[in-house]
Amino acid sequence: MPVTFRLNGTPITLDDNDDGKTPLLWAIREMAGLTGTKFGCGRSLCGACTVHLDGRAIRSCVTPLGSVAGREVHTVESLSPDRSHPLQKAWMAENVPQCGYCQSGQLMSAAALLARNPDPTDADIDTAMTGNICRCGTYQRIRRAIHRAAAELREARS
Amino acid sequence: MTKTAPKGKKRRRWITRRRFLTVSAAGGGALALGFVVGPVVGRYRRQSAIRATAEATGAFQPNAWLVVHPDGRIVFTLDRVEMGQGTMTSHPMLIAEELEVDPRTIEVEFAVADRRYTHPEFGLQITGGSSSVRTSWDQLRHAGAVAREMLRRAAADDWGVPVEECAATDGTVVHAPTGRSRTYGSLTRLAAEQPIPDPPLKPAEEHTLIGTALDRLDAPMKVDGSAVFGIDVTIPGLLNAAVIRPPVQGAAVVSFDAGEAEGRPGVTAVVEIPTGVAVVAERYWQARTALDDVRVEWSGGRPDLDTQAMTEQLRRLTAVPGKTVRDDGDAEAVLAAAAGDYLEAAYDLPHLAHAPMEPQNCTAHVEGDRCEIWAPTQVPGVAQAAVADALDIPRENVVVHTTFLGGGFGRRLVADFVVEAAHLSRRIAGPVKVIWSREDDMCHSMYRPQVRHLLRAVLDEDGTPVAWHHRVAAPSLLEAIVPQWLPAMAPDAVPDVMTRGLSRVAGGVFRGDWVADPTSTEGASDTPYAIENLRVELARHDPGVPIGFWRSVGHSHTAFAVESFIDELATAAGRDPFELRRELLRDAPRNRGVLEAAAEHAGWGSPLPPGRFRGIAQHFSFETYVAEVAEVSVEAGRIRVHRVVCAVDCGRVINPDIVHAQMESGIVFGLAAALKQRISYVDGHVEQSNFHDFEMLRMNEMPEVEVVIVPSTEEPTGVGEPGVPPIAPAVANALAAATGRRIRTLPIEPALSA
Repeated sequence: MPVTFRLNGTPITLDDNDDGKTPLLWAIREMAGLTGTKFGCGRSLCGACTVHLDGRAIRSCVTPLGSVAGREVHTVESLSPDRSHPLQKAWMAENVPQCGYCQSGQLMSAAALLARNPDPTDADIDTAMTGNICRCGTYQRIRRAIHRAAAELREARS
Repeated sequence: MTKTAPKGKKRRRWITRRRFLTVSAAGGGALALGFVVGPVVGRYRRQSAIRATAEATGAFQPNAWLVVHPDGRIVFTLDRVEMGQGTMTSHPMLIAEELEVDPRTIEVEFAVADRRYTHPEFGLQITGGSSSVRTSWDQLRHAGAVAREMLRRAAADDWGVPVEECAATDGTVVHAPTGRSRTYGSLTRLAAEQPIPDPPLKPAEEHTLIGTALDRLDAPMKVDGSAVFGIDVTIPGLLNAAVIRPPVQGAAVVSFDAGEAEGRPGVTAVVEIPTGVAVVAERYWQARTALDDVRVEWSGGRPDLDTQAMTEQLRRLTAVPGKTVRDDGDAEAVLAAAAGDYLEAAYDLPHLAHAPMEPQNCTAHVEGDRCEIWAPTQVPGVAQAAVADALDIPRENVVVHTTFLGGGFGRRLVADFVVEAAHLSRRIAGPVKVIWSREDDMCHSMYRPQVRHLLRAVLDEDGTPVAWHHRVAAPSLLEAIVPQWLPAMAPDAVPDVMTRGLSRVAGGVFRGDWVADPTSTEGASDTPYAIENLRVELARHDPGVPIGFWRSVGHSHTAFAVESFIDELATAAGRDPFELRRELLRDAPRNRGVLEAAAEHAGWGSPLPPGRFRGIAQHFSFETYVAEVAEVSVEAGRIRVHRVVCAVDCGRVINPDIVHAQMESGIVFGLAAALKQRISYVDGHVEQSNFHDFEMLRMNEMPEVEVVIVPSTEEPTGVGEPGVPPIAPAVANALAAATGRRIRTLPIEPALSA
């Protein structure tokens, strides 16, 4: 079953031989060849597979490919062409990543948060980020990096 | 010059200068090889291709770690894998400090399995034991210094000036008197002709990089999805596989029925392998979904494995004397004389999984008697030897590439997942990537053992402990691991058949009663507390659960027992737990140093907001001293950890920000275990399966962590693990202060609500 949607701004058609039931995660990784989005749990428990569907952070490991037909999907590869997204810059400035495996998902959850809330409180960050596990324990730096990126975005607007 | 181990430390095998130079010279003739992850992320190059390129272009290869190319590129081969702990930053810093280049310009490639990268202490190629900086510290600075000197001398020769007048700086040799300069790249052919020198290393006060918080060199590729982990590897013709694993620990396949699986789209094979039944398909999800159609009949294994029964066995083991590990004075006599007037407490800790975020995976390609492996492994050398053994092919025919690791924590010190992929590749005669599900990882791990500690102590009239009796009941990790590692440790000259035979019996030395496994009592047998009569015993438990090294190994449980019990003694004596520790650490200045630093920074003794309480713990592991103070509150039966102050003395610091990050990481790792985690067996299978029942700490539970580095000019020591051990006792001690209730069974959350 061919499924057409926009992936990182470009129309794409993927032919799913599982009637559109293949998880978006594996379609992105194996059919579209974008491996920045990670497999962690397969059950929407860890957030490593987080991507944006029409701008909202979703878990691609439990999202059937068929359900994104005609819609807009963005992965970590689309944040910027040159690591210039304020979150990417903040992540590097705060030296957030350790093993780095969960960070694509962390960044996509954070990007969705900042897109709807330019000045998140710690409680807002807790709500938006608690679905993303980091086994290396980088939460404190993630929090700092989100505040830093938010500040940069606010400055750019004012 | 041979260095001797510092007084009072564990015996170390130091690499001598002479041996180092021999290695370097051999490396000059051979080549620095690997897989480039710097600017050419994700491109795999065969060793032969790199070698041919290097030879043809006149690159300068002074040793096994460095290649300077005529175009100026400097390629560094990283022989300690990057799994988050920061080797991809710290190690280029060590090289760059002496080579006089900007570390950000160095291309880093990951070493393949190669004898030249044998760990000087462990005797095999391994990243573990919080030892990467400690053991590379001299090695890599020398490697950089040798290269720099050869480049300087090359320029001096070329200009016909004294080498003393030539300075190396920022990738260039400069002759100040005449204002001439040449880049390293332009000197490669001349440098290669220089004799290998033995230059002195810079004194610490001349360091410009070491000690600075250089930003992580791997961060850029970890914020745009370009870092290549094992699971991201792709090679032409690659198929993907999922495996049905035994429902009962150790069960074997009797037969299987592939059913409809073989006819499903993309599926190319359904085959039995030693670990279960594999479904192979063009894409992973095709393989994974086809598993549902396969019926497997299993037999044997250990359906009797049961955590409750193991808990009882451990209880029985601590009820009788074990093997003596340490015996100062006569603790038993003092206990007997106390006529029942002693303190006693038992601590129970569960099996634990490592659960790295990247599930186990491996890409293997067997062609005849050759095999190529791509794996997120901590032990490339072990993987190489194990694959050679499994496929019965020569070890030199097995090429092991390592990738970025999505966490390790000790799980990837075992090469089971590598051997599995090699078996499958041979079976299907083509390249294949096996990806484990999270459930596979959770239920088929090599767990931190379940352990029980029984402690007794006698206090004198001042409330000072005069006798300490500590009995540990634990399985032997070395018995489980040594047989797996031995083939990789054997010299090439030893015939394979001999090492295979030897490895099968090697674990036996820890069976029976002759040798006490030091990893079972580390942190207990070497307790720094000055107690005159001190006895430590070990009883070996052998429940048949697969076990392995889990971040901080024995310290992960001994610190909980020792640091909880010392707190209990303070409470019984009516003494301040910080002051009692301080007094008993009179002969251990560095332990005392971190204890005092943590207490001071945390404001020990100062008022806290209502409902908050502090607990303190200190522990020495992997040559590093760490103390932690936790602030907790309990509301409606739920514990909340608000703040953790950590003081660390790890000798000289290479990159303070990475030291901070590793302490933060160890604290979160240890806190998740202390509060939430437990692996349990019922009817021979693990009850937990994913992150809903083996829970992690999450953002909303993250305490504020503050790290203080205690300055030191001692040799650098480990930071990957030492942050873990003190956190569980610090939290349990704070909880006891808050509630008067002593939690002696981990994890805390279920124990607290029980």
